[in-house]
Amino acid sequence: MSETAPVVTPLPVGSAGKLSGGWWGVIALIVTEASLFGYLLFTYFYLAAQTGQDWPPTGLPGLLIPGINTIILLASSAAFWAGERRIRQGGTRSSIFGFIAAIALGSAFVAIQLLEWKNKTFSINSDLYGSLYFTITGFHLCHVIIGLGVLLLLLAWTMMGYFDHKRHVAITIGGVYWHFVDVVWLFVFSALYLSPYLQRG
Amino acid sequence: MAAIGATRHRIDPPLERIPEVGRIPAGSPIEARLEKIWETAPGWRGSLSTVDHKTIGVRYLVTAFLFLVIGGIEALFLRIQLVGPEMGFLTPEQYNQLFTMHGVTMIFLYALPVLSGFSNYLWPLLLGSRDMAFPRLNALSYWIFLFAGLFMYISFPLGQAPNAGWFNYVPFSGPVYNTGPNIDVFALGMVLLGISTTVGSVNFVVTLFRMRAPGMTINRVPILVWGTLTASVANLFAIPAVSLAFFLLWLDRQIGAHFFDVANNGQPLLWQHLFWIFGHPWVYVVVLPAMGIVSDALPTFCRRPLVGYTAVALATMATMLLGFGVWVHHMFATGLPTVALSIFGAASMVISIPSAVAVFAWIATIWLGKPVFKTPFLFFAGFVALFIIGGMSGVMTAAVPLDWQLNETYFIVAHLHYVLLGINVFPVVGAIYYWFPKFTGRMMSEKLGKWSFWTMFIGFNAGFFPMHIAGLLGMPRRIYTYPSRMGWDEVNLITTVGSFIFAVGVLIFLVNVVLSVKRGARAGANPWDAPTLEWAVSSPPPAYNFATIPTIASRHPLWEGRIEGEEEHSRTKLEEGYLLMRGRETLGTSPIDAKPVVILKMPEDSYTPFLVGLFVSLLFVGLLLHSWTFTALMTALSCAALSVWMWPRRNLGQRTTRHDPASAGRGGEGP
Repeated sequence: MSETAPVVTPLPVGSAGKLSGGWWGVIALIVTEASLFGYLLFTYFYLAAQTGQDWPPTGLPGLLIPGINTIILLASSAAFWAGERRIRQGGTRSSIFGFIAAIALGSAFVAIQLLEWKNKTFSINSDLYGSLYFTITGFHLCHVIIGLGVLLLLLAWTMMGYFDHKRHVAITIGGVYWHFVDVVWLFVFSALYLSPYLQRG
Repeated sequence: MAAIGATRHRIDPPLERIPEVGRIPAGSPIEARLEKIWETAPGWRGSLSTVDHKTIGVRYLVTAFLFLVIGGIEALFLRIQLVGPEMGFLTPEQYNQLFTMHGVTMIFLYALPVLSGFSNYLWPLLLGSRDMAFPRLNALSYWIFLFAGLFMYISFPLGQAPNAGWFNYVPFSGPVYNTGPNIDVFALGMVLLGISTTVGSVNFVVTLFRMRAPGMTINRVPILVWGTLTASVANLFAIPAVSLAFFLLWLDRQIGAHFFDVANNGQPLLWQHLFWIFGHPWVYVVVLPAMGIVSDALPTFCRRPLVGYTAVALATMATMLLGFGVWVHHMFATGLPTVALSIFGAASMVISIPSAVAVFAWIATIWLGKPVFKTPFLFFAGFVALFIIGGMSGVMTAAVPLDWQLNETYFIVAHLHYVLLGINVFPVVGAIYYWFPKFTGRMMSEKLGKWSFWTMFIGFNAGFFPMHIAGLLGMPRRIYTYPSRMGWDEVNLITTVGSFIFAVGVLIFLVNVVLSVKRGARAGANPWDAPTLEWAVSSPPPAYNFATIPTIASRHPLWEGRIEGEEEHSRTKLEEGYLLMRGRETLGTSPIDAKPVVILKMPEDSYTPFLVGLFVSLLFVGLLLHSWTFTALMTALSCAALSVWMWPRRNLGQRTTRHDPASAGRGGEGP
């Protein structure tokens, strides 16, 4: 009987945090995007396993700059997380600094990554490894740039006073996407930069 | 919460409230108000901006049927060419383009979109909701599907259509052997279509977990919902594989990448893996919702509930789960290791178990029921017969040695047509007969209906059964002609005659649709005396679907009290329910138990889905034409339109409720 009785306690109205449709939607988006990166890495390992070439053909990749860049991207995630936490606690103004830091660190990642690209001796159409390297890192870079666009919108909306500790679902949704983009990099980094050392080792 | 002042209550929608319970009698002023909240503007404005799932569902159905007719006409051209040996009706190149476009059209532009049409129209009605979880995403999904379909036909009038078969194997589809725009159109079109399928799938998944009427626990949802849910979850995992494959191929062709380029260590087999990792789940994507249609509609004509609801629901999911582990059975002849072939062969045979569970459930339902031989029943019963034949030939080809013999012969063509027409087209046509009164408020002609069934059923079997024999006689698929003396003349003649009889059957059905829209007998809310929730609302349903959100107490709410052994006290409430009419509102419930957890604010009609769909599609045109400035411009416009779409809205409860002089007086009603 109890299951059909009408509700007597108030229900949240509208996009209330993780009860909103948008939260569920972004989780589904992340599932399908994670599959996409899964297939990209499948492609990488499949072709690497089938080739008779030395892998990577240009020798082992340097780890210093990409390693630092990985830390920068993770720091960006942490900064965003801190900003979101401030909003939940009611500190809308101080959250803005967290978001600005996240955007700055994310932009630094993009700049360093573009520099990495420029320093490569191969290109997307020079050989198979070049095709894989630039396609996979290119897919990720596109996601970072889209993520930065989302963060910029979130920053603008926060500065316009759209959000407070009760309603900030856009921050939650955009934030989890940004964290996803950063976590995916760990997989891309492990595959492209770390796994060759394992194979050679 | 309690701190929100009374004045603010007037300005903004409150952050929480107890939903009012009541009745909204038909024809009352309060019903008129509800109608006004949900109605779509008349004229072109409404056409481009509507987010009503019923309108979108009908658009999906009509568009998919147009593609079915186009794909069917292409097939008839192929059959004329093959009617006898050494015919010159088509050139080899024309034949290649026609069989490719026939496959592409049927498999990608008809088979799933038609099922999405049913699901879009029916889901909120079946689930007791006022719309899908993401109405604007729903509109976007349709627009991109339409544009992707047009895109894939863009080069057809120039005689440059895709020509490498629907699974488009490299190296033939690669830059060396296929230099025209044919394959680029296909590759980019498939990536575009993938966007539509993905956002549509997200919408179905979230709708199932969020939008069911209170009391519709997870074990009470109709099987159609299980089927579409399973297909949608599978799409989330499978679509990226094919989108990636086509994108990599495009990079190989246009940028000079080397993924499939043998001369530079690329691997053609990579294409086959990526394509079939998607392709085999896709087979289940285009049949499981159709099987769900039968599981829900067949019981109506057997006058009893489906036998083995739980078993059928679990079998649906088990089929898909196994379906992700069988893709290599499309690659038995590629020289993979024997161990891999054995595992994938065995897995493919195991799929016959959940399929058999469903078949025996349908047979038992007919057996234990009192069948009423109306047209939809004939189509559903015919479907069971064809499913068994198609399933048997499927098990045969799962055996590796037999597959080596049958691979690339007409036996495979026969098998896949029994599966796709048998499990998709027959249930779909039956479902149109079944739900036509709900869509239009009119019945279809029973006399023409029976004619259409028997013509289609006889024509189909006459046309496609002999293909098994042609295959066993060694006739390869995809040949534009064949010499006499091979012993293939008779079977091909019979196949062509059968396919034309089948086409006449489809024509009778289409004539029936056109006549019945105008002149069919008026249908009431529930002309078939069916058990499920969509028949509780008028035909056609009002824009808001349910005047009040119902409370559900069983799997067959409209048959309660008639079925033996039911508990007396649990009763579905259809008249009295949650009012939810401060603007577009519906109830969000918990994923398993369907307990009310949130009052969802639904968006009003909007142009942004149309604009995003248009700009994204034009972006792909830019890529096709190598016009990078145009591509960049369209990317920017897409992003701008998306930003407008995502802009947090006060009347949707996405923004803070503090200072807001602007929206005073508007309440939560929306513009």
